[in-house]
This record gives sequence, C-alpha cells and structure tokens, in this order.
Amino acid sequence: MEKENSKKELEQFEKTLAEIERLGENEKTRKEIEDLRKKISELKKKILSELTPWQRTKLARHENRPYSLDYIERLFTDFEEIHGDRKYADDPAIIAGFGFYKGIPVVVIGQQKGRNLKERQHRNFGMPQPEGYRKAIRVMKMAEKFGKPIFTFIDTPGAYPGIGAEERGQAEAIAYNLREMAKLKVPIISNVIGEGGSGGALGIGVSNRILMLENAIYSVISPESCSAILWKDQEHIKEAAENLKLTSKDLFEFGIVDEVVKEPEGGAHNDHDLAAKFLDEAMERHLKELMKLSGDELVEDRYKKFRKMGVIAGE
Amino acid sequence: MAFFRRKKFKNGLREKKRVVTDGQFTKCENCNTTFWKKDLEENLMVCPQCGYHFKIYSLDRLKMLFDDEKFEEFDEHLYSPDPFNFVDKKAYKDRLKDMEAKTGIKDAVRCAKGKIGGYDAIVVALEYRFIGGSMGSVVGEKITRMVEKSLELKIPLIIVSASGGARMMEGVLSLMQMAKINSALARLDEAGIPFISVLTDPTTGGVTASFAMVGDLNIAEPGALIGFAGPRVIEQTIRQKLPEGFQRSEFLLRHGMLDAIVDRRNLKEYIVRALKFFLTDAKK
Ligand SMILES: [Zn+2]
Repeated sequence: MEKENSKKELEQFEKTLAEIERLGENEKTRKEIEDLRKKISELKKKILSELTPWQRTKLARHENRPYSLDYIERLFTDFEEIHGDRKYADDPAIIAGFGFYKGIPVVVIGQQKGRNLKERQHRNFGMPQPEGYRKAIRVMKMAEKFGKPIFTFIDTPGAYPGIGAEERGQAEAIAYNLREMAKLKVPIISNVIGEGGSGGALGIGVSNRILMLENAIYSVISPESCSAILWKDQEHIKEAAENLKLTSKDLFEFGIVDEVVKEPEGGAHNDHDLAAKFLDEAMERHLKELMKLSGDELVEDRYKKFRKMGVIAGE
Repeated sequence: MAFFRRKKFKNGLREKKRVVTDGQFTKCENCNTTFWKKDLEENLMVCPQCGYHFKIYSLDRLKMLFDDEKFEEFDEHLYSPDPFNFVDKKAYKDRLKDMEAKTGIKDAVRCAKGKIGGYDAIVVALEYRFIGGSMGSVVGEKITRMVEKSLELKIPLIIVSASGGARMMEGVLSLMQMAKINSALARLDEAGIPFISVLTDPTTGGVTASFAMVGDLNIAEPGALIGFAGPRVIEQTIRQKLPEGFQRSEFLLRHGMLDAIVDRRNLKEYIVRALKFFLTDAKK
C-alpha cells in the first residue's frame, strides 16, 4: 500500500517537473527544479528499498543486467580467456582467464549468461556443467602457483541438472572445488552480481571476501523450486522468496557477505558503467586489505570466515 | 568373516517406513517376499531373498560399525533455533519438535567415537527420518566439529550419508555448511588423516556436492540413489525419461564416481580392512 503511494507521488513529481521544465529554466524555477529532482531521486531509492524479495529476485535475473563479461570488460585490462578443463570439454557457462586489475596480474572466473537466444543457448543459461567447475579450479590452482589474486563473479541459476552432468560427476566437481578453494594461498574475492544459485554458485565461491550487489540474490534453492517442494504448487513463490532470506540485506545480517555494493538508480541494468564503478571501488578496497596477508594467513582467514556461518542453540 | 554378533541386532534394527509389518512378519518392498521380521533384522535389514537394502536408523548404523556396539556420542544437545522463522505448510519450529519426538534426536545426525576393529575412529551417521536427513546449521556444525576432532586426535573419520541435501528451512545458512565442512576436510586432507565416505540410499544435493564426494574412499551400499540433482528435477529440465538404473550406485560405479559398492553385510569388514591399509606403516 505504502509502495503504491510512493509510486503515485513519484508520478506526480515527475509530471510537475516536466511542466516546469517546459516553461524553461530561469532564476525563479531553478530552485524548484532542483528540489523536485532531489525529491524524485529520494523517492526512487525509497521504492527500491521497499522491493519484496521476489521483486528483487526478478531484478537479479533482469535480462539487461550486467553479466560477468560486462564487468570483466570494464574492470580488467589485457584479459585473455583460458578454455577447457584438460579432461573432457570447455564449458562456456564458466569463463576463466588472466588479466590485470589496476596493473596487478590476476585470475578471473565468472559464470556467464547470454544476452540473446543464441548466446543463452551457447552459455546454457549460465548453468555450468562439471567441466566448468573443473576448469575453474584448474585455473585457480594456476593462480596460486604463481601467487596471483583471484576474482570470481557469481551469476547462475544453478549447476545444470542433466543426464550427462550427473554421469560426469556434477556433485564431485562442486565438492572438490569447495575443498580445494579452501586451501588456496592467494586472496580470493567473490562478487555476487546476479543470481547466486545454490551449490552451483558456491562452487566458485569459497573466498576471503564475498561482495554482493544490492539487488543480487543468493539462495539454497530458487523460490519456484522451494514452492514446488514445500507447498506442492506454484502459488507460493513470493512466500518462498520471503522465507528463504535471499536478499543482500539478509545475507549481510547473517554474516555471510562482507559488503553490500550499491547499484545505480533503479538497478544495475540501468547503467552498466556505473554498476562496474561501484563494484570496482569495493573490490579495490578489499584486495588492498587481503594483499597484506601471507598465504597461510589467507587460508586461516577463509577458514574462520566459513567456520562461523550458521545459527545453532543448545550448547 | 562375521564381525557382528548377530544376537545384538534383535532389538536394534527396525525400519518402520519401508517395511510393511504385520506383527511378526515383514514384506520386502522390492521382491515381495515375506519374512520373519527377526530374520530381516538379523540380516542387517538386507532382504535375504534379493539383497535389497532397507533404510536404517543412524543409531543402528553406529551399533553396526563400532566394536561391541560401544561408542561415545557428541553434541547431542545442539538444536536449530529456527533463525529465519520459516513457515511453509507447517512452521519449521513445529516440524523440528515433531521430528525430535519421532526420532529421539534433535537434528538429523549422530556423531560418535569408538573403536572399529580395534582402531580408534569417528563415525558420523545421518538420520534420514529427520526431515530427509537434510543439512542445516546443526548438521553442518556437528560434522565440522567431528572433522576437527578427527584432526585433533589424529584418528580416521567415517561419514555415512543418507540425505536429501541442504535444508531449505535454513536457506543460505544451510548452503554455507557445505563450504564450512569442506574447508575443515581440506585440513584433514592436508594432515593425511583418512576419511571414508559411505553413501547410502539416498544421498543427493548439497550433501553429495560437499563432504560425501571427497572421501579418500567413496563407497556406496548397493542400489542407493546418489546424485547432485534429484531425478524429478532432471526429468523436468530435459523433458525426457531417465534411463533405467540412472543415479543408482551401480550407475555411478560404471561412470567412475565410486571406488566400490559394498554390501551392508560386508561393510564393517571392508572398513576395518581399509583402516588397516591406511594406518599400517609401509616401512615397518
Ligand atoms: Zn527382497
């Protein structure tokens, strides 16, 4: 209800602003225009902060939302992709490669969705096969060998559930990554940029720092599947989304993400450059801190981070 | 070689859900043969006719593996305070209470230390009757503590899985238990302490995709459903029928995902042999 009011108010302000602007800017109207613009910006922020978890889920999946490659393009120089797991195949749903972050040699891993139908099919809708996880850990181990920091970009509905994926050990691939990432003696920073879909997301997410975009989600299961399993229908998706506590605010409160990164007005899809700029600022700060730690300290730091996750009683 | 004194299992092994009991008799779900209940129990809940492995209780699993059924249990008091106030058709709080009443434990896992074939060892057994053996914060914490204990005491770890995966009612906290446990297992791995993972029917989702697949040995009971995604999810995604025997132990063995399939009646013998292999110094 309150949200409806905010929207109506916003429409009213925008209408007034348009009218005044039509009259042309002069000494008299300048202040009025400025005030109105400020009010509109504040209202937009308010509306965004009032989004329900399900609305945020839809924003996290927005088709114009910046994907891993959009950030890689903007944040790294001389990026070169590294393909294949050297065992079976190359999985286009996970991108791996090396490049430079403000002159620092780094390894980048990211789940990649497609922008149009052809791309989406090529990227398997961002759902990795076991080979994607195996490529990721292979390249991360190379980063460790040469002492280079690692950035990962998390954006997947989940690991692909298919016959071939099961035959080739989807579970083993993720399980192995969880254990091996815990051992790596280099800084790892994960950025949850869109959908953090369960084990498929975590498979590249055992990091020293987890940064999460304001409208990204991170969940054990999608609201749709949760509704199907627990309510046995598709009528309770919104309720499931609320129960699952999958928003950046929730994850920050439960001590899982280290920082919530703000997005451009209305969401990251409205301005890819600005979204990248906001993320860049946080990445730089965290990398600087982690670069002070030794390899053993980084492993210990990561252990402590995950060791305290969970809520229990009855000690 | 029989490692168990059979009389011990007279009152130990029951299977309420899968066995249709009619007083003294019980019927195998797989081959429809009727047996004396007592005979099935003495056969460790494996059908004497067709070898079908019934699901068993975590307590019976511990009794079955430890010498003389003797062991010390840990962290039995831990429970979930329902951090998300999760309510679906039923409140999670009520679900937990009902489960405790039904199973006598506060969450879906039992952790114990004792001797197996004379070797000190830790056994973790998941309890499938407790919300499908699902893993939330308590299961994650209890298992992590056992990994740490195994590391501290330098004794082998055995985890017997029976779980549908991460528990939805604790959302992303459940998911993070996968990383927490595997981070602890990373230390165990580097310390060279043996970890045997035993996968039983069913082991799926976040449990398979974390600790169950990173044992020094990954072994399974026959016919167990093992996988990442559940068969229904896969069917809905690919819109075709799944091949016969898909995601069963034998399928996984064929695809190189398991080290061995071990009949429950030989499980203790196998584990003792493996412990002997791991713990005998090759230079002496
Ligand atoms: Zn039978």
